[in-house]
Amino acid sequence: MEASFYHAKTRYPGIFGWIFTTDHKRVGLLYLFSSLSFFAVGVSLGLTMRLELIRSGMHFYSAQTYNAIFTLHGVIMIFLFIIPGIPSSLGNFIMPLQIGARDVAFPKINILSWWLFIMGGAIAVTSLFTGGGPPDTGWTFYVPYSIRTGTNISLAVFGVFLIGLSSTLTGMNFLTTIHRLRAPGMTWKRMTLFTWSIYATSWIQLLATPVLAITLLLLIIERNFGVGFFDPAKGGDPILFEHMFWIYSHPAVYIMILPAMGTVTDIIPVFTRRNIFGYSFIAASSLAIAFVGYLVWGHHMFTSGMSDTARIIFSLLTFIVAVPSGVKVFNWIASLYKGSIRMNAPLLYTLAFIFLFSIGGLTGLVQGALATAVHVHGTYFVVGHFHYVMFGGAGFGFFAGLHYWFPKITGKLYEEHLAKLACFFLFIGFNMLYFSMFVLGWEGMPRRYYDYLPKFNGPNLVATIGSWILAMGLIIMFYNLVHSLFAGNEAGDNPWEAASLEWQTTSPPPVENFAVQPVVTKGPYEFR
Amino acid sequence: MVTGWPNMSNPADDTFFFILGISLTLLALNTGVMIYFVFRYSRKRHPKAEEVGENTLLEIIWTVIPTLLVLAMFYVGWKGFVYMRTAPPDAMVIHVTARQWSWTFDYANGKETNVLKVPVRKPIKLLITSADVLHSLFIPAYHIKEDAVPGRETHLWFLPDQLGSYDLFCTEYCGVGHSSMITKVDVVPQKEFDDWYAGKKEEAAGTEEKPGSKKRAGKHEAGQSAREGAELFQTKGCTACHTADGTPKIGPTFKGVFGKKETVIHNGQERQITVDEAFIKQTLLHPEIDRVKGFPPIMPSQQGQLTDKEIEELIEYIKELK
Repeated sequence: MEASFYHAKTRYPGIFGWIFTTDHKRVGLLYLFSSLSFFAVGVSLGLTMRLELIRSGMHFYSAQTYNAIFTLHGVIMIFLFIIPGIPSSLGNFIMPLQIGARDVAFPKINILSWWLFIMGGAIAVTSLFTGGGPPDTGWTFYVPYSIRTGTNISLAVFGVFLIGLSSTLTGMNFLTTIHRLRAPGMTWKRMTLFTWSIYATSWIQLLATPVLAITLLLLIIERNFGVGFFDPAKGGDPILFEHMFWIYSHPAVYIMILPAMGTVTDIIPVFTRRNIFGYSFIAASSLAIAFVGYLVWGHHMFTSGMSDTARIIFSLLTFIVAVPSGVKVFNWIASLYKGSIRMNAPLLYTLAFIFLFSIGGLTGLVQGALATAVHVHGTYFVVGHFHYVMFGGAGFGFFAGLHYWFPKITGKLYEEHLAKLACFFLFIGFNMLYFSMFVLGWEGMPRRYYDYLPKFNGPNLVATIGSWILAMGLIIMFYNLVHSLFAGNEAGDNPWEAASLEWQTTSPPPVENFAVQPVVTKGPYEFR
Repeated sequence: MVTGWPNMSNPADDTFFFILGISLTLLALNTGVMIYFVFRYSRKRHPKAEEVGENTLLEIIWTVIPTLLVLAMFYVGWKGFVYMRTAPPDAMVIHVTARQWSWTFDYANGKETNVLKVPVRKPIKLLITSADVLHSLFIPAYHIKEDAVPGRETHLWFLPDQLGSYDLFCTEYCGVGHSSMITKVDVVPQKEFDDWYAGKKEEAAGTEEKPGSKKRAGKHEAGQSAREGAELFQTKGCTACHTADGTPKIGPTFKGVFGKKETVIHNGQERQITVDEAFIKQTLLHPEIDRVKGFPPIMPSQQGQLTDKEIEELIEYIKELK
């Protein structure tokens, strides 16, 4: 038997064997390790915010500090954790295995992407300690505030620019890989739905991210050379910035959620022991979301001063994009029908995902309808909504995938009871923390508030207590995974008896994945 | 009189409960079926999985029905929105200027306040702009909101159907004072409003309890100017960061500041100055030149916001705050 990729001889010794690797599995793990580190920072910042908001009038630090913290929390969670989270870490590790490829199409560009990602992250972190101090604009960098503030915006924005470049390259790389490097017999309809979701995601990364890059460059030029693109004092238009920002940042929401959807779609059949229900409809809905998702950015601007006609059209398109997500949910639930269900941790996290994502999606309808959007826009309702979608959706999907592929990546089994206990804490804490925000938002508490009126005290206290329970769940979950890395039982090659290709090689896989070139003769979820 | 919804918040409420009803039904059905399947088809009760196969009819049904439902939601939201955006022709127009970190409301007869005083049961149309960065005017009680955009005029309207005092928030992040950019909508009887509007009043609305207003009864020579200055102190939003009672807020207090020696930061260097007329004027127009040590560099320039006369009045007012 061939040695696993951990033990194979690399071109450079030790740590350099990782930093200069071209093996997609090592790159995937570099991404996993770095994005989880950023996640830990983002969580700490979030907890610090909740502590400050525990009670009206109670302060642990200044308003300027709070503004820097919520900006960092957003920038880190979005650009350094969720966007690279599933596609670049799990996608890099798993997708080439799933299609029977030896590596991605451009292995050197793959490691270049990680370098750019790390450089971007490092530059964003440097911006905290240099120049005029940590950025305080929110992750949206809205003008004219971002042009006028004395804080270190230019450097932070340049960091995000590099991260965007990295994301674009990854998208291009994965698209080529999926088109060109599938194993013999791996037809499009035999690909896993995880790979389908990575495929749809990669198109968005390739086509939408350059718009962000241009927008951020214009912002840097305006700040440093005084060219009036966006600031009305120089003849620019601030609403133009909002349009350009959301033309990227709305599709980016689908970069975050689609791979999580793909992950749970792979998990459900394995633990119900039957084929997924509606394979082609789930694959088609990923592409539909990727396509229609480009056309709905205006719903972030329902009270921006944009024309009423534009608001009405964006509202209509927003409702249309809700349908394919609904189709996915119905198919997932139908896939449980007449199965033989094994309630292991990956499925438990998946069911939590379905419930939380449904709430996130349904509250999205409240914000898509114009009459209600005018009320809830810019309030805690929105904060609750996007945490249900991004954390309850993308986050829980990521955790599900982390448990599901843990034996493949490490060759070890995690401890099942601890994993379920962690899921329980996460679920309870999550709902206390973020459901309170819907109540606060409907009652009219605006977001990004350092302090609030005493009438909002109750739900804020519940939210802060929820944040501690959620943190406990995270600690148990990561303790379990890290501990099992060293002390877990041997997993064997295919502990879940899955049918897709990544489980047909050894765990962990050898350097070029398969000892012999696999030939595919059946679908990814055919267990008989 | 306005027809349609009797109360401004109803289009949002109606749409909300319509969507909430459908959403809760869907969520309950989905979750219920999911939990039922998990127990009914657990490995213990159902040891052998069965293949079910695809069902195109079912797929079409659960694509078409949600599509119809969301189109209905869109329509309800649209209808309410059109009502919320169309001010009746007899609405009273008030101009709003948002700035870091205060609101100014300008009435047709030139009256200017920082609290939105309106007569009950009269439709109000607000024309909104910003003097600096983006803000957003939000009155939760009426479920309405619209951004204040510099260089642009946006609008909204509402019908204050009950007497009372309601919160008015800024909901577009605008810097360090964002969460204190709060004022009130005072809905008063028509008669009281008319008296106030015609100028038969002791005090401008909303300034009664605030510190500094007591100083307005100054009787000496510069009294008139200082009184005007005290008014400006409230309406131009200085109170968001400065106080008149000696406690520093986001910026230094005005009490006893005149004639005081201060350490300021000038191009990154510390230096000593005395607060005099010239220094106050410079700080109002070019706050970036000298900043009092220990305070953040966030004072917005008042260039174009204040006339020379207004600056003199403010200086007179600050002089009085001993």
